[in-house]
Amino acid sequence: MREVRYREAVREAILEEMERDERVFLMGEEVGYYQGAYKVTEGLLEKFGEKRVIDAPIAEAGFAGIGVGAAMTGLRPIIEFMTWNFSAVAFDQILNNAAKMYQMSGGQLRVPIVFRGPNGAARQVAAQHSHSMDPFYAHIPGLWVCAPSTPRDAKGLLKTAIRDDNPVVFLEGETLYNVKGELPDAGEEELIPFGQARIAREGDDCTIVTWGRPYYTAMEAAGKLSEEEGIECEVIDPRTLRPLDHDAIIESVKTTNRCVVVHEHWPYGGPGAEIVDRIQRDAFDYLDAPVLRVSSLDVPMPYALNLETLVLPTPARVLEALKKVTYR
Amino acid sequence: MSARADELKPLFRQMFLIRRFEEESARAYAQGKIGGFLHLYIGQEAIAVGTSAALEPDDYVVQTYRDHGIALARGTSARAAMAELFGRATGCSRGLGGSMHMFDAERGFLGGHAIVGGHVALAAGAAFKSKYVGEKRVTVCFFGEGATNIGGFHEGLSLAGLWKLPIVFVCENNEYSMGTPLHRTLAVEDVTKKAPGYGMASDRFEGHDVLLVRERMGKAIERARKGEGPTLVEIRTYRFRGHSMSDPGKYRTKEELEARKKKDPIPFARAALEKAGASAEELDKIEDEVEQEITDALHFADESAPASEDAVTAFVYAPSEAARRAAEVDARANGVAGPHAAADAEE
Repeated sequence: MREVRYREAVREAILEEMERDERVFLMGEEVGYYQGAYKVTEGLLEKFGEKRVIDAPIAEAGFAGIGVGAAMTGLRPIIEFMTWNFSAVAFDQILNNAAKMYQMSGGQLRVPIVFRGPNGAARQVAAQHSHSMDPFYAHIPGLWVCAPSTPRDAKGLLKTAIRDDNPVVFLEGETLYNVKGELPDAGEEELIPFGQARIAREGDDCTIVTWGRPYYTAMEAAGKLSEEEGIECEVIDPRTLRPLDHDAIIESVKTTNRCVVVHEHWPYGGPGAEIVDRIQRDAFDYLDAPVLRVSSLDVPMPYALNLETLVLPTPARVLEALKKVTYR
Repeated sequence: MSARADELKPLFRQMFLIRRFEEESARAYAQGKIGGFLHLYIGQEAIAVGTSAALEPDDYVVQTYRDHGIALARGTSARAAMAELFGRATGCSRGLGGSMHMFDAERGFLGGHAIVGGHVALAAGAAFKSKYVGEKRVTVCFFGEGATNIGGFHEGLSLAGLWKLPIVFVCENNEYSMGTPLHRTLAVEDVTKKAPGYGMASDRFEGHDVLLVRERMGKAIERARKGEGPTLVEIRTYRFRGHSMSDPGKYRTKEELEARKKKDPIPFARAALEKAGASAEELDKIEDEVEQEITDALHFADESAPASEDAVTAFVYAPSEAARRAAEVDARANGVAGPHAAADAEE
């Protein structure tokens, strides 16, 4: 094993898959000469040249559409959004073209494409740049949606995504790029299958389901609860929101009888609510407390730091929810 | 002193104010007093100031996220703008918007916008309103050359041209779309070549001479005001700093930057003023006044209360008109100055 940052893990996955398959190319804003707005794609232009690492102008609907068309006709594009916030202007391409083509064409046309980029609030970038886009894309049948929390998951899932024959929405954490984590040694290939959750922490008292940035918030809260109250949480990171590892969540809740879902997206609907629905449906008789959710507040993100801190999930809010469901 | 100097002096002052405001905001950013993104307008000041000088006070302006310059040029106080950057309750967007989302509805500044191209049709909407109600107001919409590739730009221009809306579209072509030079983002570098396709007039010139900007923008604004339809104006300019504070700007050479700084609009205006008979003492005095204004703004921002926690939920939905009126009446009765309290008191 070796320690690698999240951004490097993403880069390794792109690099290895581009080396493996000539049909894979990377397109997006500032991915080439600028080396990536977040330096994720550093060195790729030098390695693969302008033909395969393509700087696109600010035209998200345009280059997302070019990606879909190229995928339908045999290439395997990786389309980078500088941030997922900007995917909103390309939403039609993802919703109406990428996600539906295979079905509309009666199975004649596959769309093997990966849309990727940083997701979620960064720090004080305000209302238009702080979206957690998970619910918009997880809602759409025909897409796979990955939301890796750790470098290892980022790499293993991205490799799977690039090889998959369906459109994949790959949500990287904007504030996770510097996070370090263990990765298998160079040369040891690891592909992480979709729909397989990772149990990040074992415990019998309460289940936490979480992904992305809030995964770290939840882990911190779980640690505190163990220290302060001796209550042990089982932390489940689904890693992919579509497909969702239904069984892992249900099995855990059957053991712990309690659950808190921690996510960054707004509380109205979304994967957070989907998970709660599944638990009430398939583990109803096992529950000792209502399932709670800790999310961002139901407001557009304010700029001021003191207000942003109130809006995003914090360890204190997670702790409060955990105490509530464990009746402390 | 000549008439020309009299005209130029207030414009020089405004440009200098914007420059000093941003230099100090860059410093405050380095000190951690400002967060998020900070996109500086340094080098482009003559465009905001010259355009603003050609506008009537109640005209509308819409800008991208590089919005400090136009906000100040339209009359937003340095205090309110700096307090916004500091995330304070007294900021021009109550600390909710930050650098990229300054607003001043009272002065017709419809905001800084952070999704490229998203504000172009919105600006056309403001112009649509003016045509709809039959007023003589004009809208000016700014954007960079990088925005001319995106759908929102084309749809906005398409509709404005079709419906002959009273608007001027201003492409502030600073040659770099973040880190990418324009020859790698535009198939045709002359942005105004797009104008005929949308059935609108166009103009194209360099943007370091504030009086020239005022004159040429004035013509386009007049055309819109007379109901002769929109104009697409391309103003060639250059930003002296990176795209934002996190961009070291390694994609351009030092030589290029130094060459372009020779066309810095502020020394250019000062030289023109001296030539027109303004004394150095007089100009130094203007600069001193600006320094005081900036010092005061920094102090005001520092001393202001943090953004109010109530603001997190207070502005998600606007209350009904009746509820708004009731709140104003209530505020007057309790001696609390609402946003319209002063104006109402004079009635």
